[in-house]
Amino acid sequence: MDVLLLSRLQFALTIMFHYIFPPITIGLGALLVYMEGMFLKTKNPVYETMARFWTKIFSLHFAMGVATGIVMEFQFGTNWATYSRFVGDVFGSPLAAEGIFAFFLESIFLGVLVFGWDRVSPRMHFFSTVMVFLGAVLSSVWIVVANSWQQTPAGFTIVGEGLSARAEITSFWAMVFNPSSVDRLIHVWLGAFSMGAFLVMAVSAWYLLKNRHTDFAKRSLTAGLLLAVVSSWAQLGSGHRQAIVAARYQPTKMAAFEGHFVSLEGGAPLYMAGFTNTEKMKTTGIAIPNMLSLLIHGNPRTPVPALDQFPRENWPPVEISFQSYHLMVGLGFFMIGFTTLLSWLRWKNELFDNRLLLWGVVLSVMAPAVANQVGWVAAEVGRQPWIVYGLLRTSDALSPVVQSHQVMGSILMFGTIYLLMFGLYLSTLARKIQHGPEKL
Amino acid sequence: MNLHVFWFIIMAVLLAGYAILDGFDLGAGILHPLAKTDEDRRVTLNAIGPVWDGNEVWLVTFGGALFAAFPRAYATLFSGLYTAFMLLLLCLILRALSLEFRGQRESKTWRSVWDIVFFGASFGTVLLFGVAAGNSLQGFPLGADGEIRLGFFDLLTPFPLMVGLFTVVGATLHGALYLLLKTDGAWQQKLRTWAKGMFWVFSFSLVAVTLWTLKTVPLALENLSKHPWAWAFVVVNGLSVVNIRWALARGKHLTSFLSSGVSLATLAALFGLALFPNVVVSNLDPLYNLTITNAASSQKTLQVMSVIALIGMPLVLTYSVIVYRIFRGKVKIGPTSY
Repeated sequence: MDVLLLSRLQFALTIMFHYIFPPITIGLGALLVYMEGMFLKTKNPVYETMARFWTKIFSLHFAMGVATGIVMEFQFGTNWATYSRFVGDVFGSPLAAEGIFAFFLESIFLGVLVFGWDRVSPRMHFFSTVMVFLGAVLSSVWIVVANSWQQTPAGFTIVGEGLSARAEITSFWAMVFNPSSVDRLIHVWLGAFSMGAFLVMAVSAWYLLKNRHTDFAKRSLTAGLLLAVVSSWAQLGSGHRQAIVAARYQPTKMAAFEGHFVSLEGGAPLYMAGFTNTEKMKTTGIAIPNMLSLLIHGNPRTPVPALDQFPRENWPPVEISFQSYHLMVGLGFFMIGFTTLLSWLRWKNELFDNRLLLWGVVLSVMAPAVANQVGWVAAEVGRQPWIVYGLLRTSDALSPVVQSHQVMGSILMFGTIYLLMFGLYLSTLARKIQHGPEKL
Repeated sequence: MNLHVFWFIIMAVLLAGYAILDGFDLGAGILHPLAKTDEDRRVTLNAIGPVWDGNEVWLVTFGGALFAAFPRAYATLFSGLYTAFMLLLLCLILRALSLEFRGQRESKTWRSVWDIVFFGASFGTVLLFGVAAGNSLQGFPLGADGEIRLGFFDLLTPFPLMVGLFTVVGATLHGALYLLLKTDGAWQQKLRTWAKGMFWVFSFSLVAVTLWTLKTVPLALENLSKHPWAWAFVVVNGLSVVNIRWALARGKHLTSFLSSGVSLATLAALFGLALFPNVVVSNLDPLYNLTITNAASSQKTLQVMSVIALIGMPLVLTYSVIVYRIFRGKVKIGPTSY
């Protein structure tokens, strides 16, 4: 297998495994702040029980996130040295900022969060919880800024030529607030909030079904549900904004997402679902005429650039982009519908007795988990063949000295260790859930 | 002061910070097997429990800062030493996993396996860092194209291996001195005995490594004669090492630990001095060296990074002090402990 494909595979494997964990730490972190805040305010011991239990779940995910995260920082240098040399001047500073402002904050205060319950006052512990959550959020800021710069580069100039060409920063703030950062950041946050919320709901529903820790479970489920329904609806708006940005700045990505091969005089259709055929430049499926144009331009007749307006070598892999994007959107709508239904029933006080729905809640934890992953697949595959959109191709960004047998070796290593880790993670999570919250 | 020099110094500071902090976590990992009861092993794990993650961030920040300040060095080193970096990642992951999962089950077999992993991962991490440091001083086959071409085993030559072993000894001593602050009873007594023994091994290997470095790296003495004020680092290093023993003999454990910290910091400074102004040295031709000038990012990026560092690092030091103070004193095993 060739070293380019292996390096891509390795990056995909390591980032997707990593990305199971940070959304949970951000989403669950938000809920931890809420629970501890409520405890401080109401002094109701059930909130302390909740906070202590969910902290244990939180710390497991945090540790997994850290272990798999260092791999990502190193991997830019190990496998993508040409990319690193090309973008270091621009990309490096958000990464360094991530370390200095975010990682230190969350990792240092994590000690108090996990181990400091009986060593500090409740207020100091709450402060530490807030700091850990803030650190997790700040970390997402910098990495999304860095990735957004790859998607919609700004605030830079190209210096040098050919192999020694590189991007040099001209404005830090233009780099940070590039055209897609803010929208993508909000989208990532909402995806993370959904993940944390659905996890809390799923575990709570499980306890209700087993008739255990009912007061705890009812309160946790309600808290999770509130966050879930707000995040799901907000995600619709956020997604819409992002699509408009993508259409403007990454037209090939948008065209691939929508299977829009052939330019049309008038409006472009929106496919609810279907299959693309890149050879025949045709998409088959359930289409709403003119809908894509309406969503992007507010006008059903305004043309949307199709793939045929761009050279073939600049097309992303269309089917992967199309399907991952549609799966993400489909799951997004599912989450909206499901959380709305659950909220309505909760409001009527009919949720906790509905066993069928509670089972649905347990299973639905997979929805945001999968949506977050396929969303990123869509974003990154849709950006191809570019590693920096319009500037540097992924195929030109490799490390010249690294050979395929080395990457083969490291993929095997990561594959093995991550499989082991996943098993440990699942069994430990199951045990902690089985054990349940401590009676205080 | 010019930004290139400033950032070289910051890198040395980050390296020193990492060595002083994760140095004792890793040292504790190396000493861990000496604890014979599950209780003592748990005490050791919980001595570093609340702080090891934050300590590891110094490495993450070092990597990020290298990427941002000297991207050509970051790219060349990380890709050139691919296999070594992958092994390092494996060790770091296994260390994190063993800390997190060891205590999750009561089973003796479970715990024994993770204890072996914890030791191996800690030892491996330190050895790899030391070997990397030795190779950095000695130089790499760095060509005109700015790439390093070598195999993993090319890194395991005598000088780097010696530096590697010295680093293991240093981390172990440092770890022992930290654990003296957190333990009591028989386990602490055992650690004291080991610390006293390790001190002598450390001192002898320090002299050996120093002499060997001066022989291998002519630039070291050149820089010292160009910047005679740097002899202060040598003097402080010597005094701090002596003070480790002096304080240890008098039972002043905090002083001996802090002295060990100072000795590590001064060693990091001297390491920087032996490299300066190079970041990656070529053993093919000094013309191919990656230096603080030719490997650096633009002035603008260095300025931005300086603002980030000047705001961020004082904050980091502040909350580090806060949290270390919260966890001062002997380890008490509780319901949330490892």
